[in-house]
Amino acid sequence: MSNQPDPSAYWRANLRLMAVLLAVWFVCSYVLGIFLVEPLNGARVGGFPLGFWFAHQGSIYVFVVLILVYAAVMDRLDRRYGVD
Amino acid sequence: MSVQAWTYLIVAATFALYVGIAWWSRVRTTSGFYVAGRGVPAVANGMATGADWMSAASFISMAGLISFMGYTGTIYLMGWTGGYVLLALLLAPYLRKYGKFTTSEFVGDRYYSDAARLVAAACTIFVSFTYIAGQMRGVGVVFSRFLEVEVHWGVIIGVVIVFFYAVLGGMRGITYTQVAQYCVLIVAFLIPAAAISWKITGNPIPQFGFGGTVQEGQQAGVFLLEALDALHRELRLPEYTAAFVPGKKSMIDVTAITLALMVGTAGLPHVLVRFYTVRSARAARWSALWALVFIGLLYTTAPAVAAFARVNLISTLHNTSYNEVPEWFRSWETTGLISFDDQDGDGVIDMTDGVGELTVDRDIMVLANPEIAELPAWVVALVAAGGLAAALSTAAGLLLVIASAISHDIGKSILWKDMSSRRELLLARGTASVAVIVAAYFGISPPGFVAQVVAFAFGLAASSFFPVLVLGIFTRSTTKEGAITGMSSGILFTGAYIVYFRLIRPEATAEDWLFGISPEGIGAVGMLINFSLALIVSRFTKPPPEEVQQLVSEIRLPRERAADG
Repeated sequence: MSNQPDPSAYWRANLRLMAVLLAVWFVCSYVLGIFLVEPLNGARVGGFPLGFWFAHQGSIYVFVVLILVYAAVMDRLDRRYGVD
Repeated sequence: MSVQAWTYLIVAATFALYVGIAWWSRVRTTSGFYVAGRGVPAVANGMATGADWMSAASFISMAGLISFMGYTGTIYLMGWTGGYVLLALLLAPYLRKYGKFTTSEFVGDRYYSDAARLVAAACTIFVSFTYIAGQMRGVGVVFSRFLEVEVHWGVIIGVVIVFFYAVLGGMRGITYTQVAQYCVLIVAFLIPAAAISWKITGNPIPQFGFGGTVQEGQQAGVFLLEALDALHRELRLPEYTAAFVPGKKSMIDVTAITLALMVGTAGLPHVLVRFYTVRSARAARWSALWALVFIGLLYTTAPAVAAFARVNLISTLHNTSYNEVPEWFRSWETTGLISFDDQDGDGVIDMTDGVGELTVDRDIMVLANPEIAELPAWVVALVAAGGLAAALSTAAGLLLVIASAISHDIGKSILWKDMSSRRELLLARGTASVAVIVAAYFGISPPGFVAQVVAFAFGLAASSFFPVLVLGIFTRSTTKEGAITGMSSGILFTGAYIVYFRLIRPEATAEDWLFGISPEGIGAVGMLINFSLALIVSRFTKPPPEEVQQLVSEIRLPRERAADG
């Protein structure tokens, strides 16, 4: 079924999604990988100090997941607001 | 068969493949030349972006650099991947929706100004040339190390190949050769990485081996990273996993550099233009995902390789008699990448910090890996082909961006508005030919400043393009005066800071730097200046015309207009 196009509602939904994803982006790279790296290094996951793991591995995995979520949710928004 | 025979064979085979692909995908239209006719599938574009993005430096030098920096290597790991999140969320789908051919074209149209277009085109050319010289040099270096030909012959061979497929095939030729080049470079990176991971930790997946335990020797059973920290303490170096200890970069500097590299990535014209080649805004989003998946494969492996190589280097060489060094040491000693200078004359290698008996070029960490892991000769040859693939693919992407900035943004859009498509295509091929020759010249005799400046292309891209592109999409009210002021003051501030601290006062220390931010990270401040000035100036100047505000509304919706070609 095709809905009535609603550009401004679509744009607001897009901005909300972006804000959430960029917040996660900031927390995983800057907060966990840089600002809190020293306290986090006190904890270990397997052979990794946790902060070091975020800086050298985890943040990259998170980046991939963020874009995956963005592309998938935007596909849904495109259809819901009839702008695709 | 010898290593050299294998290298000739594999390099010749990959070059034949690239030329064949270029011939198959040759183009006859401007749209084919600039944006591959907008028909590239999202996955293929992701691979091409990966090859375009990962340069000789990513392939050959990055793991080695991280190996010597430990934690601080995160500036490259996060900096060169996190930008793809910004690219996917803030730029790629909208620039693709806008369509047309170049980034400067968007800047010129959105800011209804040929001056803005010209500033953007000039930034593109400057950033791309500093970057391409390094790639051509990389081609020459790989040739000279693996095939023992002179550096300048290596550069000339590389230039002929790039000339063939970039000039003939344009963006279409470049895209499909980049897909092949990605496959070559990732296989060439992963095979030795898996082998060395297996040898040291018993786990063939480097990302897991990284967190695993050491298999053999004194530290058998100890976690790899704990063993590495212990080895560093023994050598009186800061621990590998430690973050902001003396001898490493400060927190604010790590933050600024990471931000400058991320934002710079999202503002590099040769990366942005890749997203013009897919079918739709939706394809641009998925394509950004594929790009980061393909890039992440190398970027999550590289830090593991860095740690393995570091453990291996210290544990096999420190306190070892020079007469008992492993085989690979001997074979790389002749290249000058590793050398032993027996200070105390006892014939034993002492790697303790400050003693200076062992000099190691960081590139050896990737180049010598196949031999350290005792892999067959064809793998060594594959690494050479991988290094060449990484350098050539990046060079070709940059070349095309330079050619389009000159022939399209300056030629067609500013100087000769009524130029026919046929003539424009001819001009584009002509400028690509000239650009490739200039790049070859820089590769053979790099001017001193190129090496100084190449690392700063990111800072310049961060402080010039990124803010005006984001504001152009996410605000309707940013004016041409705002954009031009922002762009020029951002790039001038960043450029001046870099020139001052690199060329005029290279001896300056962290205390002299603004807020303790090194020239590598100053692009982050330049970006903030650009954003603030663009917003402030826009408040006090005449708002953009109605049709520009409509353009902004239009690019926010992914739907294609029926007439869109």
